[in-house]
Amino acid sequence: MKHALRPSQYAILIAIMLTASVGDSLLARGMAQMGPMDIHHMGRLLLHAPFNPFVAGGIVLLIGFFAAYTTALSWADLTFVMPATAFGYVVIALLGRFWLHEHLSITRCIGIALIVCAVGFVAGGPSRTEHPKLDQMDAGLGPL
Amino acid sequence: MTLSPILHIWVSIGFVAALAVLGEVLIAAGMRQLGDLDDIRAVGGLGAAIVAVLTNARFVAGSLCMAANFFAMLYALSIANLSLAGPAIAALTYIGNAFAAKLFLRERVDKRRWLATVFVAAGVFLLTR
Repeated sequence: MKHALRPSQYAILIAIMLTASVGDSLLARGMAQMGPMDIHHMGRLLLHAPFNPFVAGGIVLLIGFFAAYTTALSWADLTFVMPATAFGYVVIALLGRFWLHEHLSITRCIGIALIVCAVGFVAGGPSRTEHPKLDQMDAGLGPL
Repeated sequence: MTLSPILHIWVSIGFVAALAVLGEVLIAAGMRQLGDLDDIRAVGGLGAAIVAVLTNARFVAGSLCMAANFFAMLYALSIANLSLAGPAIAALTYIGNAFAAKLFLRERVDKRRWLATVFVAAGVFLLTR
């Protein structure tokens, strides 16, 4: 397994954290404005939701998230990228506390501590499992 | 046949998480097949990297799953509170991804990564309650 990440790769991980958390928040705000949807009226959801400014903003950020996430998966394992980028949840909780002055309960503090520990676990370990044989087969260079 | 409201919500949450796991594993498999995008970009430029990604069958299949996941999530958020759907989907997706990555991507999920996955799932659950 290999580990060393370049500064640009750390920047990609930070972009994943920020775009995912802010994008999800915008989507939630937009969908709350639109009210409950019925499964028999999915057409209304598809036609109207993208024109809500919060949903549209969320979609733009999530497209950015998808590009960054895809790039990260080209040089790191899925089980490395997912916990490493979970720090975005902590960012949202801290923004809520210090910017929106929301109450930060003891339960949420424990949640933040658990995620910080998890990020520490994966950040201290290797980012990629090497599979020379599987990679050669994927590239069509080896026997099936 | 009509589902009870609570069962309806949990079936929706489970469906969203299953689509996310399937999509992410397919995308990760596609990107592993392609290799480091920085290397492709260094040789053929940004256009070559974009074409390589968009013409990879596993990536396209995974993206379709993620698109379905997106609309399924919008639907789930319209019938369930974000405080329930958000952490439940995230926790199920983290755990499901760890199992799927070990089984299908042959990733070496050591104790450190299992602990991280469980800590994140538990942390997200607590954070959004």
